[in-house]
Amino acid sequence: MSAKPGEMLIAAAERAGTYIPRFCYHPRMEPVGMCRMCLVEVDSPRGATLQPACFIAVAEGMVVDTTSAKVKKAQDGVLEFLLANHPLDCPVCDKGGECPLQDQTLAYGPGESRFIEEKRHFEKPIAISDLVLLDRERCIQCARCTRFASEVAGEAQIDFAGRGEQVEVSTFPTEPFSSYFSGNTVQICPVGALTATPYRFTARPWDLDQVESTCTACSVGCRVAVQSSSNRLTRLLGIDSDPVNHGWLCDKGRFAFESVNGDEVDAGPLPPALADAMVDVAPATAAQVVGLGASRGQFLGEAHETGLFEHGRLIEPQIRVEGELVSVGWGEALAVAAAGLQGARHAGGASAVAMIGGARLTNESAYAWAKLAKGIIGTDSVDAQLGDGLPADLALGLPRATIDDACAAPVLITLAGDLREELPVLFLRLREAIVGGSRLIEIAPAPTALSGLAAATLPIRPGDAPLVARALVGDEAAVGALSSHPQGSALATGSLAAARAVLSARSEGDGVVIVVGRPSYAESGDVVAEAARVLAGALPKATFLPALRRGNVFGALDMGLAPGLLPGRVSLEAGREWFAGAWGSVPATTGLDTAGILSSMAGSSDGDAVTALILLGSDPLSDFPDRALALQALSAGHFIVAVTGHPSESVDNHADVVLPSAVAHERPGTTTNIEGRVSRLGHKLTAPGFAWPDWMIAAELAGALGADLGVSSANDLADELHLTAPAYAGLTQSVLHSDVAHDGILVPIILGAARRADVEPIDPVALPGVEAVERQGAPPRVGMAGGDGSIDIRMASLVDAPPLLSGPGPAGNASAHVPPADSYALRLVSGRRLYDAGSSVTGSPSLTPLVPTLVARANPYDLDRLGATTGDRVRLRSARGEMVLEAEAAPGVPRGTVAVDFNVPAGSDGPANAVSSLIDSRQLVTDVRMESV
Amino acid sequence: MRHLAADRLARAKALVALYPQPRSALIPLCHLAQEQDGWLRPEAMSEIAELVGVTAAEVQGTATFYDMLHTEPVGTYVVSVCTNIACLLGGAQELLEHAESALGLRAGGTTPDGVFTLEESECLADCDRTPCVQVNHRYVGAQSAESFDRLLGDLRAGKLSDTVPAHGTLVRVQRTVGLVADRAAVAAERGAMAEAQAAQAARAPAPAGGGA
Repeated sequence: MSAKPGEMLIAAAERAGTYIPRFCYHPRMEPVGMCRMCLVEVDSPRGATLQPACFIAVAEGMVVDTTSAKVKKAQDGVLEFLLANHPLDCPVCDKGGECPLQDQTLAYGPGESRFIEEKRHFEKPIAISDLVLLDRERCIQCARCTRFASEVAGEAQIDFAGRGEQVEVSTFPTEPFSSYFSGNTVQICPVGALTATPYRFTARPWDLDQVESTCTACSVGCRVAVQSSSNRLTRLLGIDSDPVNHGWLCDKGRFAFESVNGDEVDAGPLPPALADAMVDVAPATAAQVVGLGASRGQFLGEAHETGLFEHGRLIEPQIRVEGELVSVGWGEALAVAAAGLQGARHAGGASAVAMIGGARLTNESAYAWAKLAKGIIGTDSVDAQLGDGLPADLALGLPRATIDDACAAPVLITLAGDLREELPVLFLRLREAIVGGSRLIEIAPAPTALSGLAAATLPIRPGDAPLVARALVGDEAAVGALSSHPQGSALATGSLAAARAVLSARSEGDGVVIVVGRPSYAESGDVVAEAARVLAGALPKATFLPALRRGNVFGALDMGLAPGLLPGRVSLEAGREWFAGAWGSVPATTGLDTAGILSSMAGSSDGDAVTALILLGSDPLSDFPDRALALQALSAGHFIVAVTGHPSESVDNHADVVLPSAVAHERPGTTTNIEGRVSRLGHKLTAPGFAWPDWMIAAELAGALGADLGVSSANDLADELHLTAPAYAGLTQSVLHSDVAHDGILVPIILGAARRADVEPIDPVALPGVEAVERQGAPPRVGMAGGDGSIDIRMASLVDAPPLLSGPGPAGNASAHVPPADSYALRLVSGRRLYDAGSSVTGSPSLTPLVPTLVARANPYDLDRLGATTGDRVRLRSARGEMVLEAEAAPGVPRGTVAVDFNVPAGSDGPANAVSSLIDSRQLVTDVRMESV
Repeated sequence: MRHLAADRLARAKALVALYPQPRSALIPLCHLAQEQDGWLRPEAMSEIAELVGVTAAEVQGTATFYDMLHTEPVGTYVVSVCTNIACLLGGAQELLEHAESALGLRAGGTTPDGVFTLEESECLADCDRTPCVQVNHRYVGAQSAESFDRLLGDLRAGKLSDTVPAHGTLVRVQRTVGLVADRAAVAAERGAMAEAQAAQAARAPAPAGGGA
């Protein structure tokens, strides 16, 4: 057999079909040779010797015996040794049934132990973090978790302590294992030593059903196995997708499934009347009623009257009657919605109707809503981003890099928020690349998790990104402007020289990947867009990874849920003829974005007024970075239809019609990730109550409006999509369900490029049974060619289709209008945190306690000027509003700025997104005064 | 918040500067902190972690591995009695039992006044003088029951303070004479290592696969 240079024996053998038992070896981490389970007999000049297969590289002419008597004896010995102190509490252990120690003991073990002494005992379990519990007695010291923490996550908050038989995994007393990636250690633990609180004692693995799917907690699109029991999600496991997630997940993606189960509300015992009605149903809390699968809906009427579902899932259509939402049937709700939309359209034309949201939808549903809004209603005022993204033509038009491209690029530039907070698994991938030698130039308004690894960090104040970008690419005028900048020293002209040196050998941008997102939500996206255009112009060979974070925001934009766009990455102008043919009509003029829609509703803009709004799974009061404007818009008495799975302030207080929709894991479809990779979503659950998939709501609403969306199933939509949306041409169902699509398919499809290259072996120890999921699902294979799993993708373009968006769009000079810094004011910076007040976190009891406390982080210099220090209360006052927060001295925050997290509440009462009350979306930047209290 | 005293902190920084990799100074810094407090306080471990660029959990992991680093409070004098084979033949077991009764504790314990901690130790490499004993890592030679009692008395009375410093630990980390590393050579080596790493990175950019 042959092997790659430097390949370890265990991996080469596995590729050749010989499985060598192992515990500590993990293909995504450095070998340690800890467990000795993989001992094999290797021929050497001194005769055959036992050597660990995970720790020796394959050599020319090597002769290996994996099944000799000597190997068998070694395996017996290792397993007997590992089990000497193992408690063998398999009947009560969560890992039982999917445990590599159990399985390999059965397959390779001696069957009996000579150990009759008392086993070693430890206190157990001990919580090493809010999500992970450690049972030290079960631990076999394989070092998978500690290696993950230090090598992959880059934060060794757990390490081995002690020596000999007293070795234990340990945290430092004052530093819990507070990693965003802690759940991965639970998944890769080969025994039951690490368990996650959300799954602990909830199921036995053999009782679980599973499908393969894609995580939509953010736009990275990690592959997951979704497991459920009795129509309730129990667990998500990461699947190793070589181009995307390498098997890892963030804890939000892994544990936010609780919000789908909708059991946040534990209202205590049911009211007696309701409890009496539950004859044969023992559990007696509202949460459990929702969870009882077959019983779902049985008691909905009564439960709803008691208000028990206030914070869980929305399960029934509702209309507002005399200020209160009351449950009605679908027919009535749709009729009311259609009448309201029709009324607005008759009075103010099609542009009186607007739609905000869509990033939570599948591609198919997004297409259906785009077709409804643009083809049937005729409005172009549709936006899947809530003022928290980038101009859609820029995000879709920039030359796109893949995640692999970014990891292989010698030079990376990030102009984004903290990627560990926004796109955690992308952070893991980039971190690995930077540790491996890629050089990072970071442009950021506050320190991020990557700052410590950066070759050069350029701290910016909001509004300065275009200037710094110009200086970076060698615009001497900009360099001069920067050095005479009032905050010149804070802008670190020294690190600018270092950054320019990194970039100097790459004047064309060859080998440069630029990650561009939103460094701050208190700064207009136009400023970042301008900086991105500067970089795109000066580095023509550079490629971009647009770091927009909402679940399927790229799918939504690709489906045309943005003003001026139509499905398939074409502009309204370029695609007018094509889509007029396909849909009958398209809007005449470009519509408004979210800020424009809200301004129009609030009566503060000229032009056609928006008087009816569809909220497509969005909550402008929390998501839009200007709460005052959003509140004014939603309170202005216009007609609002909410299509959503979860309640929110916008829906509860302002929607006139609520149409409950299925959420992730409750409907099939596809999603498009940050790199334009389309992958399939698994359909695991039946949606609760009377919730429908979003596309179905669009189709029925079209019917209620007297039109026909032309689809009667999700399959119809998928079939129409690849024939209509130019960038998705050729993405047929049979392609999507073929083996080449295992890791998703990059769109637009480039002929020949979709074939899956060398498939890395996934870690069988961490993924019990998952590798077989696809086969179990018996996917349709219509039109498949050959028996080798390959498929011929012929139709990758549509005849006469409009051209795709390309290029960064017209250059702007937004930054010219940024007001000069006021020496008494601080410029507000607002970045996202992984655990924020979004419904996926607040709906997940395990994650809710992890939402951070809101503080005002400022440079010690600026705090000193107030005579304040860490822990003091300070008042932040902007033109929009004011708030009082605890101050925190943060030397990394540039002077003249103050950082306050986005979408984090300031206390138990008050809005979920406290800082948005300060932000003025009409301004490019937000300045605040900080005063001591 | 700084835990190490100013002079020790300066020494710590000098030690870190001795090594091409800062984390190489981890164990010397543990001894330095232990010399200050008698044991490794959590605050000290946190500060060491910061100084050498690792996590506190990694400092703890290293410190708990080595018997000469104490992560729990110990007495002013740590008395180690070797019970390996040579000393065992020389009466180490009897000496240890005598020590336990003389101090009124079991091996591993500390007297209530915090003066003595008794340790049963593996070979101390003083096998020609059995049963051998160390106090704060200083050899005090072969001991009989009577000489051991005298030793305890002398230690209590402070008669041995010249040779056995209270809360003593290895002096090596404080050494400034003899073979001292050439700073310039270390700096040059650091530069060469960084260049070699950069060259290596340039040859094999970004191992996207990871692992093996």
